[in-house]
Parts: sequence; structure tokens; C-alpha cells
Amino acid sequence: MTISPSFDERFRAAAATAGLLDVAFDVVPDTPVGTLLIGVTERGVCRISFDPEPEHHLEELARAYGPRVLRSSKPIEQMRRELDEYFEGRRQRFDIATDVRGIPAYYEKVLAELAHVEYGHTTTYGALAALTGNPRAARAVGTVMNRNPIPIVLPCHRVIGASGSLTGYGGGLDKKEHLLRLEGAIL
Amino acid sequence: MIPPFETFYAAHRDEIFRFLDRRLGRDRSEDAFQETFLRALRAYPRLEHGDHLRAWVFTIASRIVVDDVRRRKPDGELPELAVEDGLPAFEDLAPLTDDLPPKERAAIVLRYGYDLSYDEIGAAIGSSEQAARQAASAGVRRLRKEQR
Repeated sequence: MTISPSFDERFRAAAATAGLLDVAFDVVPDTPVGTLLIGVTERGVCRISFDPEPEHHLEELARAYGPRVLRSSKPIEQMRRELDEYFEGRRQRFDIATDVRGIPAYYEKVLAELAHVEYGHTTTYGALAALTGNPRAARAVGTVMNRNPIPIVLPCHRVIGASGSLTGYGGGLDKKEHLLRLEGAIL
Repeated sequence: MIPPFETFYAAHRDEIFRFLDRRLGRDRSEDAFQETFLRALRAYPRLEHGDHLRAWVFTIASRIVVDDVRRRKPDGELPELAVEDGLPAFEDLAPLTDDLPPKERAAIVLRYGYDLSYDEIGAAIGSSEQAARQAASAGVRRLRKEQR
């Protein structure tokens, strides 16, 4: 005898309502860039991943934000709605706060600069490196982009190579291309 | 290392549900289920390690069963659960049993703290009824020896 889905859902909702979760996550199927895993804390969104398998994220989320990591759909509603609007071309900026607690200071600095790259625009790894004080650190910036915990919201898809090539993307180059096309940054 | 709550919850929700359903019936088991895991969630960050989480959550669920039965039958006899006032709670037994091997400790706390039957203790610690009985009596022998 396994637990009834209503018991299960009720507990997951109650846990979130009681404010007892360090991270609430859920899987959002079938977005234009595939199935996404979304994680939020009380402070804001902490994870968006193109790898929707929870098992691949639970331990890391628990280490970074605390052990009370639970799947619960309600807390991620705001992020889900904003993403829907973004994918429909009705939103250019996200209102939700981000929570990147615990990452190295250099990562934080680069991601803070990244957050300023506007919708529909692109920049280069080198330019972002220059903004964070070391123009020669393009490769290091590339590493930060590759490990960006909140892609789409922190727009690492807007960072391309100096030659104009898309270079790479953690979620797959086709996703990067899709996002830049959606924003009208490339034709 | 304490596992992420999702992992812990997914591993134990079905058996806790079955346990509560058996003890309280479907009508009352839903609230008891919520309460069990909400209490677990509240206490979770204070856990020092991830050992014996199964026995731990069964302990919480048993406590809730006891409270529920007490609430409903304040004066009358308690069916199945021979609960008495002054029943040592987990907190009271814990310091006494600190040094016991984990399985013996869990068996003693569940038996004497929560009055679980040996088959339920077996279910909680992942062994047979017989092994649960042996663990409890080995624990008691060890405690006696230590107190001498």
C-alpha cells in the first residue's frame, strides 16, 4: 500500500506554507527549451537546470542551502509564471530575486555583472572579464557561465565569443540559440 | 551527513502511512501523517547525523498515535496501546541509552518509551520481530551492567 497522492500533495503544500523548507523545487515539463528543474528559497530563485532529474541536484542543494529540500509546486509558481511570460515574449526582465548564497566571491562578482546584460543584447566573455577587473580572464568567465546556477534569469546565454560565435552553453547550444532568437539578438 | 529531506521523505512516507493507517484508521491517519512529517521537518536541521532516521520517524509517528488515542479517550482504556501516565518520553530515555549500540537503543526507546509492539519495532529498525526483541533485551542487559 503506497501513500495516496492527495496525502502526499497536502504534506508538500503544508511544508511550504509553514515556511519549513530550505529549498522548494519542482520540475516544469515542456518549456520551449525543454524540461526544467526550478528551485527557490525564501529569498528567491536559487536553481534553474536543464537537467530535470531531481536526484542530480538534491545533495548539492542541501549542502548549499540546508537539508530541508523538498519538491513542492506552490513556492515555484512565481518563477514559473515569469518564465512563461518570458518564453511568450511578454517579459524582458525578471522580478524574482536570486539567491546564490555560498558561491565563491569571484563567481558572485561575475554573475552580478552578468545580471546587467540587457534583454536582446549580447556581450563577450572578454568584455565581462574586463568589467570584473581582469580583461584576460575570459576563460575564467567562461567557467563561471558554464556553472551558472540560474541560467535564463542570470542571462549567460547573452555571453558569446569575441568572433561572434555562440561558443558554448551548459544546457546545449541549441538552447542558447533559441533564447537569443527569442530575444531578437540573432536572426 | 543528513540526506536531503526529499530523499528521507520518499524513503519512509509509504511505511509511515501504512503504520498510521493500521493504528488509527484512514479518517485519522491523514492528519497524523501530516503531523508526523511536519514535526520531522521542524526537527530535521537539528539532527546531528543521518543514522537511524527510520527508527526516528517511527518514533515521531508513534508519539502522535499515542497522543491521538489519548485525546480521544481521555478516561477510558486505550485499545492496543497500554499507555500510562508518566510514560518516559524519548527525551527522558535518550540520555540513559546514549552509549548503547544504535539498534539496541532504538529498540529500547520504541519499546519502553513508546510501547510499540516488537513487530512494529522490527518494522521501524528494519529487522524481524524476533531480532527486535533480542535487541531490546540485549540493551537492557547492557544497561544493567553499566549501572553496576
